[in-house]
Amino acid sequence: MRALLFVAAALSVLALAFWAYRENYRTQGELAAVRDLRTEIGSLRESLAVLRAEWAYLNRPDRLRELADINFPRLELLPLDPTQFGDPGEIPYPTPPAFDPDALALSDPVDTSAGTEGNP
Amino acid sequence: MMRAPLRPLARILEARAKGENPDAIERENRRLRHEATRDRARARAEGRLAVLALVVTLAFGAVGARMGSLAAVDPAEPQTAGGASSIVAQRADIVDREGRLLATNLLTHALYAQPALMVDPERSAAELAEIFPDLDPVRLAIDFTGKRKFLWIKKKISPEQMQKVHEIGDPGLLFGPREMRLYPNGAIAAHILGGAGFGREGVDSAEVIGTAGVEKTFDAWLRDPANGGAPLQLTIDLSVQSAVEDVLSGGMHLMNAKGAAAILMDARTGDIVALASLPDFDPNTRPQPLVKGDAGDSPLFNRAVQGVYELGSTFKIFAVAQALDLGLVSPSSMVDTKEPYYFGKFKITDFHYYGPELSVRDVIVKSSNIGTAHIALMLGKTRQQAFLKSLGFFEPTPVELVEAPGAKPLLPKKWADISTLTISYGHGLSASPLHLATAYAAIANGGVTVTPTLIRQASHPEGRRVMSEKTARIAREMLRGVVTEGTATMGDVPGYEVAGKTGTADKPKPGGGYYDDKVITTFAAMFPASDPRYVLVVSLDEPVETSGTEPRRTAGWTAVPVAAEIIRRAAPLLGLRPLVEPPAADKVTLVSN
Repeated sequence: MRALLFVAAALSVLALAFWAYRENYRTQGELAAVRDLRTEIGSLRESLAVLRAEWAYLNRPDRLRELADINFPRLELLPLDPTQFGDPGEIPYPTPPAFDPDALALSDPVDTSAGTEGNP
Repeated sequence: MMRAPLRPLARILEARAKGENPDAIERENRRLRHEATRDRARARAEGRLAVLALVVTLAFGAVGARMGSLAAVDPAEPQTAGGASSIVAQRADIVDREGRLLATNLLTHALYAQPALMVDPERSAAELAEIFPDLDPVRLAIDFTGKRKFLWIKKKISPEQMQKVHEIGDPGLLFGPREMRLYPNGAIAAHILGGAGFGREGVDSAEVIGTAGVEKTFDAWLRDPANGGAPLQLTIDLSVQSAVEDVLSGGMHLMNAKGAAAILMDARTGDIVALASLPDFDPNTRPQPLVKGDAGDSPLFNRAVQGVYELGSTFKIFAVAQALDLGLVSPSSMVDTKEPYYFGKFKITDFHYYGPELSVRDVIVKSSNIGTAHIALMLGKTRQQAFLKSLGFFEPTPVELVEAPGAKPLLPKKWADISTLTISYGHGLSASPLHLATAYAAIANGGVTVTPTLIRQASHPEGRRVMSEKTARIAREMLRGVVTEGTATMGDVPGYEVAGKTGTADKPKPGGGYYDDKVITTFAAMFPASDPRYVLVVSLDEPVETSGTEPRRTAGWTAVPVAAEIIRRAAPLLGLRPLVEPPAADKVTLVSN
């Protein structure tokens, strides 16, 4: 009985040692992956900053104004002007469909006489 | 445990038989028992000491081993601890109120040389001078072949230039990574942003420090990693700022002015939406400050914040507003405007003769110096000083620019009665256009002071009330009159109800006295007059309008049309709808027969 207990304890120590060994290497692998990801995030942020700077540079007001001037015949863009504000009242209200008397023509009116009955 | 008896019967009997003393046996046994007890106690104590020694040795050994390993091993950052968002740029970005980039960082390289490693120093020097035309090949060759072990060649180079230097192929030419400050919009908002340069420089990195403007004011904040890369958000609106600078630059050239400044401010919060000073510069290549001549002529000089000028008749509304607030006058009270008006030996004149008397409203609308001087006399020195102080004319503006604290208004050394009179129409007290905009904001928002600010923030400090709401309303109506029928008729922008006051001040000569043909014209405006949202101050330095037969220098001909064009361009960008103004009421003409 006692020998069995010793063997079991020894086996469990071996198993735990194997598990710890595996975990250790797995952790190191994960850490390396995190490190790589961090590096990648860093370089991506760097290129994002460059792209943002380039976007801002290409959209700088001076350049846009020049482009609008150069392409005036095609785009006809002008600086925003107070007269360009509209009023909702200026928008034509959707006109109702034209009145069609035939659509309302009743073949068999029932209440035309009823309406006048109590009101001689 | 069996205890050995002290007097074993067998030995006692035996001893008695031999005639010995049996007590000796008991003593002997007692001694043995004591010795055994002592030996056991000693063994136990020794064991305990050994365990204690082991524990102490292990504990100190562990500490010592850890210290040794810490000292011997190369330091490494803990990899598992720490958040994921720890990678941030060295210096925070600056953005406008809509989040558009005003300043950011770009990775580039610095070029340095280690002549000891060079293969062919003379050829390298010649080829470097070809890539960078501003370098002197002779000077470089001397440096490369001399005793120097290390020298910087260029602080910032572009990727193309870097490739060309690579193609020289000299192992002594080396690159160090650099984070440089980039202002993608060029000269727009140059005076607000200021600029940045390198501080301490090493081969692998260099410190970027702000040299002026908000870059310098918020240098510590921008460099603080604790902000997690959050950008610094300004109150500036990039498109409005660009439009204002565009119009102001056109106006400055049209009016032949040598400088110009404009400030557009939110009247309720003090947020500065646009602040321009011309001539300007590109903060990417910030020029060196002037070493001789007037610093005010340098493009680095911020006329809107740093420049203190006599702002002329724009001050008249303060005297009138105070007199109205104190109940000394009403808009229709008549004020003496007889010419000439002598105060002691000092003669006060008007631009034209306006007749023997004018109503208080017409004093503002027609801009009468004599009328304002009479109103100032009613106020007196003490009350005038207190009012101007409450509007902020005694202290530098608190705006977040490193240049602002230096621009302290110039007050008369001795505030005599004549100073009271001249200051009431804007002579004898010099203040910056930003001071004027801040004071006009108090009239525009109903009588409460604002704190001018460039930093976008959720809450604004509570202002102090300096005049009643009614006074502010009457003052605004008078200022509206200046535009509809007075000295600033060119300033009317249909739909935006511009109200404002012109100011034309002769420039003081450096030696004393005033120039006859050099003026500073100012137009301080607010719109829309019925419920002002924005205050605009436009100031031109030495403008001349030459379309007529003789040169015209008054603000009504120079600053006012520029301001009107700024409002026409900027107001729609600010999202202000033009108002449909009510048609003027039919005039009733009183006749008598």
